[in-house]
Amino acid sequence: MITKVRSHITQNESLLFERSSPGKKGYQLPELDVPPVDPVEALGAANVRAEIEGFPEVSEVEVIRHFTRLSTWNYAIDLGMYPLGSCTMKYNPRVNELVARLDGLAWAHPYQPEPLAQGAMEIIARLEAALAEITGMDAVTLQPAAGAHGELTGILLIRALLEKRGDPRRKILVPDSAHGTNPATAATAGYAVENIPSNDRGMVDVAGLERIVDKDVAALMITNPNTLGVFEENIRSIAEILHKKGALLYMDGANMNALVGIAKPGDFGVDVMHLNLHKTFSTPHGGGGPGGGPVAVKKILEPFLPLPRLKRVRNKWTFDYKRPRSIGRVRAFYGNFGVMVRALAYILAHGGNGLRNATVDAVLNANYLRKKLEPYYDLPYQAPNMHEVVFSDDRQAKRGVRTGDIAKRLIDYGFHPYTVSFPLIVHGALMIEPTETESKLELDLFVEAMTSIAREVETDPEVVRAAPHSTRTRRVDEVRAARSPVLRWKPGETVSKAAD
Amino acid sequence: MRYLPKSDSERQEMLAACGLASAEDLFAHLPEDVRLKQPLALAPGVSEYEIVDYFRGRAAENASAYASFLGAGVYAHYRPVLVDTVVSRGEFLTSYTPYQAEISQGTLTTIFEFQTMICQLTGMDVANASMYDGSTALPEAALMAARVTGRHRILVARTVHPEYREVLGTYARYGHLAVEEFAYAPESGGVNLEEIERKLDDQTAAVVIQSPNFFGIIEQVEAAAQIAHRRGALLVVLFTEAVSLGLLRPAAEADIVAGELQSYAIPPGYGGPFAGIIATKEKFVRQIPGRLVGETRDANGNRAFCLTLATREQHIRREKATSNICTNQALIALMATVFMSVYGKQGLRELAEQNLAKAHYLSGQVKPRFTGPFFNEFVASTNGRSPEEINQALLKKKIIGGLPLTRWYPELENCMLLCATEMTRRAHMDEVGRAFQAIEHAA
Amino acid sequence: MSYPEDLRYTKEHEWVRTEGDIGTIGITDHAQKELGDIVYVDLPKIGALIEQGKSLGSVESVKAVSDIYSPVSGEIVEVNESLAQAPEKLNQDPHGAAWLVKVRMSAPDEVKKLLSAADYQAYVGAES
Repeated sequence: MITKVRSHITQNESLLFERSSPGKKGYQLPELDVPPVDPVEALGAANVRAEIEGFPEVSEVEVIRHFTRLSTWNYAIDLGMYPLGSCTMKYNPRVNELVARLDGLAWAHPYQPEPLAQGAMEIIARLEAALAEITGMDAVTLQPAAGAHGELTGILLIRALLEKRGDPRRKILVPDSAHGTNPATAATAGYAVENIPSNDRGMVDVAGLERIVDKDVAALMITNPNTLGVFEENIRSIAEILHKKGALLYMDGANMNALVGIAKPGDFGVDVMHLNLHKTFSTPHGGGGPGGGPVAVKKILEPFLPLPRLKRVRNKWTFDYKRPRSIGRVRAFYGNFGVMVRALAYILAHGGNGLRNATVDAVLNANYLRKKLEPYYDLPYQAPNMHEVVFSDDRQAKRGVRTGDIAKRLIDYGFHPYTVSFPLIVHGALMIEPTETESKLELDLFVEAMTSIAREVETDPEVVRAAPHSTRTRRVDEVRAARSPVLRWKPGETVSKAAD
Repeated sequence: MRYLPKSDSERQEMLAACGLASAEDLFAHLPEDVRLKQPLALAPGVSEYEIVDYFRGRAAENASAYASFLGAGVYAHYRPVLVDTVVSRGEFLTSYTPYQAEISQGTLTTIFEFQTMICQLTGMDVANASMYDGSTALPEAALMAARVTGRHRILVARTVHPEYREVLGTYARYGHLAVEEFAYAPESGGVNLEEIERKLDDQTAAVVIQSPNFFGIIEQVEAAAQIAHRRGALLVVLFTEAVSLGLLRPAAEADIVAGELQSYAIPPGYGGPFAGIIATKEKFVRQIPGRLVGETRDANGNRAFCLTLATREQHIRREKATSNICTNQALIALMATVFMSVYGKQGLRELAEQNLAKAHYLSGQVKPRFTGPFFNEFVASTNGRSPEEINQALLKKKIIGGLPLTRWYPELENCMLLCATEMTRRAHMDEVGRAFQAIEHAA
Repeated sequence: MSYPEDLRYTKEHEWVRTEGDIGTIGITDHAQKELGDIVYVDLPKIGALIEQGKSLGSVESVKAVSDIYSPVSGEIVEVNESLAQAPEKLNQDPHGAAWLVKVRMSAPDEVKKLLSAADYQAYVGAES
């Protein structure tokens, strides 16, 4: 019984290149107030291009219709819940969009004279301070462009500290439940990666860790709560084991939505961590980016932070480039300032108590879903979960239905799928994180959908296995896409049918 | 709180369903010494009006209604209204990465169009769905060249944006790349080709040049390519001013093109978020980092799009991935896609020609330092007086002048980098000319 | 599918057929089933030296990559180029037409350490 959605008619829309014809215009430039310059004369014929072959020519009306029609083929937070574990797909407040577009902020050039950039610098400083307070750390850099970028920065900071102490060491430990960016980051930073197993409660095996940590280990990268949504109860011991051997504790802050106002990573032994502004701090995903990956550190790592850093001199902000121990830049300019504005607006809207309340609701929502879905889906780890919960498809697998199938059937019920098949330590995982911005009604509709699907698995498994049935396009052939990659449109190609 | 859609009675209902008495019970399992006893030391939450007011205040403390001659990797170009109209649609703004193809065809289709247009502009065979920005696209391109050639040395021109070179240096130190810089020709302002020849060896993975370069000079791409290829090295060509692609011959001899798309309707925004790209030849496609969207069919034989070649990426390859990157700048790339759609084939050309005309008019008002051909930026000599003095005079007229260069190029004293775009007014360029002359007469 | 008697097998699901000092290497039916639809194979060049137990390349499906661990040591003398155009052959005929590489074995005795068809059958039977 599907109550959340009814199928609707969507428009056909070909590619811009297929709607193009010579001479159509979507623009008008003002008349030049200076003499025109012949490019061939000024630059030499060898430097001037012929026309841009195949490039579209369409009118303004067609541009608006094209993108509007395409947009209706997308699911979005504005339409409904994304139960994606570890993604924290919460509501993107619209006032954040307004303030990010204020002329003085949106048109600021990173090289404009400092006396004329005090407003921007104040925003950076204020966000740094707020994030330091939230994480319980001593200093924050906002330079990294996204979570993975922040991870890399964090590991480079560790490396710089250890190099200063005489030995960068060789290995980084990563739990087998970790997100793929963790080992990829460690490798990019020049470290070998060693997996450490989880215990039967889904947490880091402390005894096992004790055995593995030696003078070759630079750091452990931990996510807390972990990718099962479970708080690492032995986190303090874990930190101690590492610190005793001169290693550091890195925390992946992807799951910070469970901790804001409840616990501070700086209090339980974390030396360096990154945050995801596009997760915990509500900045929009925009179909895959931009993000923001601030890194928060303890004092010992502060000298190595990317430069420049803000300094207050005679009551004005200035950028300090005299930082001899800095790892250097991880990107040009100062970071994703537009994302920082949005994150700060989010923090201002909530305030200290508001942020804590949001966390409480996030954890409540996840626990509510756990309770309601437990009778129907296997829960491999019984430990209390925080803001997300992970089920497995064991029960459904007996009927030949896997987590990927259930996820696709969920689409017919009007929801985006949860995170499929991750973390890897759970066989056939269903990773669910509702976030705090979901109403009880939306949650109940989700429960209704998932329990209905569980029943379908018993009575009519094929309808689940062959899902989705109601979308504009079905069972997209990813094998074909990988075997014979077609990564661009070409003029003169046989036009494949746009979807009926 | 207006973003939390639950009433207290609903919360009670849900707690009861969980068998809990109060919300604090949700955290009872946390170790005692970890739980916060104090609230966060942050100001209380405020209303929407107060949020807008706060940021208006900060915006007012930034330059407001100044004309500007700054370029240097971030450019002031007009942003067509349609760009924000499109990206503000909730279906684009608040959607997730298109892993579920059936409900993300909007995003996937626009990325496919984006990839296509970048190929058309750069003359490459394949382009990815964007990198964080131009400055991080550079080290990614260098690492890619190292993977392809199995070599580890990178030769980079001093005329590549200084901050981009710093970023390359950071990545290289840990990625086991050896980076060496080579000089520019002091008269033309372009790369010194002999220097490349001299420094190239059998361990060079790539030669990296930027065109137009940091001084605005258009480089001799074909010649550089020949030199690099003769020794089995790849040529990486960077761009920071995407508008130049509308007019300048694409770097067809490059093996990898990397660059920054900020000029395509992405707000300067005090330095970010931007969108970089990497584009390359067909034969290197499996080494390209970042997301790729491919065309395929669905179960009914209709055209559909999906993320593809994902086995290069972190979520599958983990420590053997081509990069750790997880984000592409989808929304930013969409701004660029709408921009490219609005201007189209003729518009990008006309826009570039206007930029050329403006900058060349400006160069008639002041003295260019270099002789090489330039697009919309050039280095002007301030004739023995400090650029800061000229800029101070201009500020009094609410004009932000050019960028002094001694911070990165100590040999370029008494110079500034000036940029003029289609938004630059003749009256302001005349003011700059007068400011330069006034100093001259005073000297 | 049954496992041909004339092949020897590894626990990482590769096989080798020896003829004189030439070993032909491939992946087993079990491996291709686990991977699903195969989209790409990454193979070494002719002349490359490989070692028993070390990775000589990889096989990719849409969602997974698997290293191919060499059953024997030696020098690559032939590569199955047809797999570049038709990687799906690996799903259809993993023990025959979809061989991966041919090696001039440097230590033919290494094959003795590998599993027989019966042992391998038991091994994968136990695994699943």
